[in-house]
Amino acid sequence: MSDHDHNRHGHHHHHGHDHSELSETELRVRALESILTEKGYVDPAALDVLIDLYEKKIGPRNGVRVVAKAWSDPAYRERLIKNATAAIAELDYSGRQGEHMVVVENTPEQHNMVVCTLCSCYPHPVLGLPPVWYKSAPYRSRAVADPRGVLKDFGVTLPETTKIRVWDSTAEVRYLVLPMRPEGTEGWSEEQLAELVTRDSMIGTGLPKQPSEIA
Amino acid sequence: MNLTPQQAMRATVAVPGVPRDEDGPVFREPWEARAFAMALALHEAGVFTWKEWAETLGAQIKRAQADGDPDTGETYYQHWLATLETLVAAKGVATSDLLHRYRDAWDHAAERTPHGAPIELTPRDFGR
Repeated sequence: MSDHDHNRHGHHHHHGHDHSELSETELRVRALESILTEKGYVDPAALDVLIDLYEKKIGPRNGVRVVAKAWSDPAYRERLIKNATAAIAELDYSGRQGEHMVVVENTPEQHNMVVCTLCSCYPHPVLGLPPVWYKSAPYRSRAVADPRGVLKDFGVTLPETTKIRVWDSTAEVRYLVLPMRPEGTEGWSEEQLAELVTRDSMIGTGLPKQPSEIA
Repeated sequence: MNLTPQQAMRATVAVPGVPRDEDGPVFREPWEARAFAMALALHEAGVFTWKEWAETLGAQIKRAQADGDPDTGETYYQHWLATLETLVAAKGVATSDLLHRYRDAWDHAAERTPHGAPIELTPRDFGR
């Protein structure tokens, strides 16, 4: 079973207030892309391929550091969960103004997964550019309706007893998943731990690497 | 039509100021990458040369600075986007009227789209 957390979006019945409008810039970019696509100057698939090449590079390295630090420093972990925006800013990864970060922690009881059903809100300062699938309509709709099925597609099978909670990003609130620290990493340094953190594990569509995978 | 990293790399060499590292351009947000890639596609289609692009972009940045833009690099792709709009109009690809119509249509699409559904442009978003 899953909870679809609408958080600041409010509830299903008053969309009038809570649709997250596209920013003025995004409207202009979309307008251009629609026109250029219709006129045959641009192939959206070709844009995606190119953008995909750069997404990993900008990538999630800031998020990786946040997670590795939270794994190795309990006091930091506590601050991160209490006030993610401030704790992330401690590491000098400040987002744009008004972008509020929330860290959701995975436990044996609850696995967290992040989606933006309306558009593609994403915690850019910590995770870089979103992967193409994150923005795809199938992921956005299926993550809510069938999170366990989506996880299976990503090769992740969780125990039936683990609840899956889906967090819906908004223009104001961006979520970062704090995955569970893999077993067998006692005494590891922050740098060693960082090698286990994957982008998908911080979106919740994957799990961190196991120590054996990087040995 | 494919867009390649080699083309992207050439663009970062041909156009001054493109935020980049040793592998090519770097972006702060997805829309920046889309705006970059659209310029690449238009260049590949022969709509403009990088020299024309750089001149138009340079003029755009100069105007913005005169208007008090701090020019710290954060607004670079805002200028890039304005340059795209200027050049597609100048080259007869899309008039500024058409750009506005599509911008308003996307705004309408975003507004009528309930949370939980992807925003898609449909004919009924036009003509309001």
